[in-house]
Amino acid sequence: MDISLQQVGYLYGKDSPFEKRALQGVTATIASGSYTAIIGHTGSGKSTLLMHLNGLLKPSEGSVQIGDTRITANTKAKALKDVRRKVGIVFQFPEHQLFEETVEKDIMFGPLNFGVPEQEARKRAHELIALLGLPEEVAQKSPFDLSGGQMRRVAIAGVLAFKPSVLVLDEPTAGLDPRGRQEIMELFHRLHHQENLTTILVTHSMEDAARYADHLIVMSGGTAVMTGSPKEIFSREEELATYRLGLPRSVQFQRDFERLIGRTLPDMALTEEQLAQAIVRAAAEEGDA
Amino acid sequence: MKEILSLDRVTYAYPTEEGKGRTAVDDVSFTVNDGEWIAIVGHNGSGKSTMAKLMIGLLFPDEGDVRLFLEKLTDENLWDIRSQMGIVFQNPDNQFVGSTVQDDVAFALENNGVPVEEMVTRVHQALAQVKMAEFLDHEPHHLSGGQKQRVAIAGALALQPRLLLMDEATSMLDPQGRAEVIRIVHDLKKDTGLTVISITHDLEEALLADRIFVMNKGKLLRTGTPEEVFAHGDELETIGLDLPFAMKMSNLLRENGLGLKGEHMTEEELVNELWTSHFNK
Amino acid sequence: MLEKMIFGRYIPGSSFVHRLDPRSKLLFVLLFVVAVFFANNAVTYGILLAFTLFIIVVSRIRLYFLINGLKPIIFLIAFTFLMHLFFTREGVLLVDWKIIKIYEEGIRQGFFISIRFFVLVLVTSILTLTTSPISITDGMEDLLHPFKRFKLPVHELALMMSISLRFIPTLMDETGKILKAQLARGSDISTGSMKERIRAVVPLLVPLFVSAFKRAEDLAVAMEVRGYRGGEGRTRYRQLVWGQRDTIAIVMLVVLMVTLYLLRG
Repeated sequence: MDISLQQVGYLYGKDSPFEKRALQGVTATIASGSYTAIIGHTGSGKSTLLMHLNGLLKPSEGSVQIGDTRITANTKAKALKDVRRKVGIVFQFPEHQLFEETVEKDIMFGPLNFGVPEQEARKRAHELIALLGLPEEVAQKSPFDLSGGQMRRVAIAGVLAFKPSVLVLDEPTAGLDPRGRQEIMELFHRLHHQENLTTILVTHSMEDAARYADHLIVMSGGTAVMTGSPKEIFSREEELATYRLGLPRSVQFQRDFERLIGRTLPDMALTEEQLAQAIVRAAAEEGDA
Repeated sequence: MKEILSLDRVTYAYPTEEGKGRTAVDDVSFTVNDGEWIAIVGHNGSGKSTMAKLMIGLLFPDEGDVRLFLEKLTDENLWDIRSQMGIVFQNPDNQFVGSTVQDDVAFALENNGVPVEEMVTRVHQALAQVKMAEFLDHEPHHLSGGQKQRVAIAGALALQPRLLLMDEATSMLDPQGRAEVIRIVHDLKKDTGLTVISITHDLEEALLADRIFVMNKGKLLRTGTPEEVFAHGDELETIGLDLPFAMKMSNLLRENGLGLKGEHMTEEELVNELWTSHFNK
Repeated sequence: MLEKMIFGRYIPGSSFVHRLDPRSKLLFVLLFVVAVFFANNAVTYGILLAFTLFIIVVSRIRLYFLINGLKPIIFLIAFTFLMHLFFTREGVLLVDWKIIKIYEEGIRQGFFISIRFFVLVLVTSILTLTTSPISITDGMEDLLHPFKRFKLPVHELALMMSISLRFIPTLMDETGKILKAQLARGSDISTGSMKERIRAVVPLLVPLFVSAFKRAEDLAVAMEVRGYRGGEGRTRYRQLVWGQRDTIAIVMLVVLMVTLYLLRG
């Protein structure tokens, strides 16, 4: 499902003394099946933009096209529920949305709201518990008795349970320890390919953006200032710096390395693994010469 | 060197309905000296947060002693000892008591009965130290997470403490906020010689410490300088911790068959090593 | 809707009214409430309206915001007016059309009560719009100080109030976030039968309570380790200063009261 934003603007508290502009003239496209990362500084409008992707906010100006549905300032609330079934959002600290007596019931909440039969919803809950690497017996436990990392997984399952075709992730690993972070990111990476999802990752981590995304949208001052592939974006170091964004560490390292040895590697490495291989190849060539 | 804090064979298990639960801190001993910066690292559930609670008297050990400023921490001297230490917690919102920045910084001073004129000076001084002087009258919901944590640090500094304890104070911040807070603490330590204990799972932050304590399953697994601790990199990875970027890179290079001499803590060291060993021919 | 509501909110500024001591402002509002009940004829109500207008001018709050933000309350005032208009059965009968009967006294009463309501809302709004919540709390704590003798826990009440005020924006924020997260999971509060709507509130309230309790626990710990042990032996950072302008404000109000008292019918 393609998503396209046309000149989207948004104002909080319109026409009050507290009116604040959050978005202005955002134009961008997110292709079906892509893994798009939205990067930007805190306060750049990332979070506001994210809520336009499934109709939680309606644009004050411009329009948002999600599949066949076009959302403008005048769109009726009824049309939005269908959009929300197709676009799932995993919010930052999603464990804060848990409320049911049992994990199973909490995961079933979304599917039941969207009209999935109870039998089917229960089956999905159990599949997801397994998929997310949670022990089977948590199904009947209270979500509030789980560890922080487990609660996070249950909350993620609660979004995956209604099988959205677009998955929006808002800093899904915030507050986790390094291993938990890696496990969650790898999980989404796997799901993206297995389920043919369109994935949109909102992140502060340039490393995650470089490693997982194939398309980047850079936000600054409430508007989309750069779009392109990771290699295109990260080759514009100075421009990124004006939006107070840095390079991924591996790209930065490659820069420093190239500067010192006085030659450039054939391609930009987006992960540490790629970079190590490129350096080893270069060292071998150096030895041959 | 003067001792600031020490744990002597400390063990603690959380009470449960059926008696004692899993041992959260298991026979831990260490000493922190005046002017040191200690990073306590470990994954979630390694016991490092319980240890923080033991250090500030929110919990008392089942066995062993916690000693602060050479005095055993007890119910009686708790308030006196706490007035000599500053503590910054994880959640920037939930420790902001005052309704504006200056009210919050003054909170601990008010509690300790500091006279008004002195309070005003100390509040201004402390805010200048964390570079938040122009935010005196700001309300918390108009500040970023990093700014709120800096205010929390100022609140601790205003007490003129001998020890600053940070319990995962950067883990809920964005990269910029984290960098701000770390830089402030780094400068403070350099300028004032303040003793800092920072509980964290950010290994890049730990790299700046004088010594690192590694916690795993309630036990103190390893202590030493960053060089000493990271020399056992594989061990850190198996207990779920990340390595600093330069170390990760040099491990990957070795795995790909490139010979490298020694350990590399910083990117600069690694680039230089690559240059001298492989590209400067 | 809620974003536009300005009743109970604070707009920072530096007008004469903004700079008044919170104690004088609280006292002022208290006396004003009494003064309002002195008015009972056209002249006194006229003076009240003029006086209120004068306060608005001095506070430099834009009238447009004031009116816009008070819309929901203006509806209430209009309702009161109509009630008096239709249901007062005194004086000369002016209109008699089918079941509608309007008496002269009804119009008079309707106008007077509406003005009373209107000026009260305006003046209290100006108090909250020009005084930060924490100053109001400080002022209250100070004014209530004498009641400590009667075992009223003045310090604790003030602290409770200031912490509640401090956390209102945080919890509002949190409510918004949870609401959005549940909406994204297909929950729907704005449609369906009453029973369905009430059921839809549970997914909002449970997480909100869980988080509020967690915050309260964290806050209690943070306060304890920062040495909070109740009001005993505590000093106060915020000092209130009663200035000349505060005396002026109170004197003005006393003059208003005397005038209204003399001119009442």
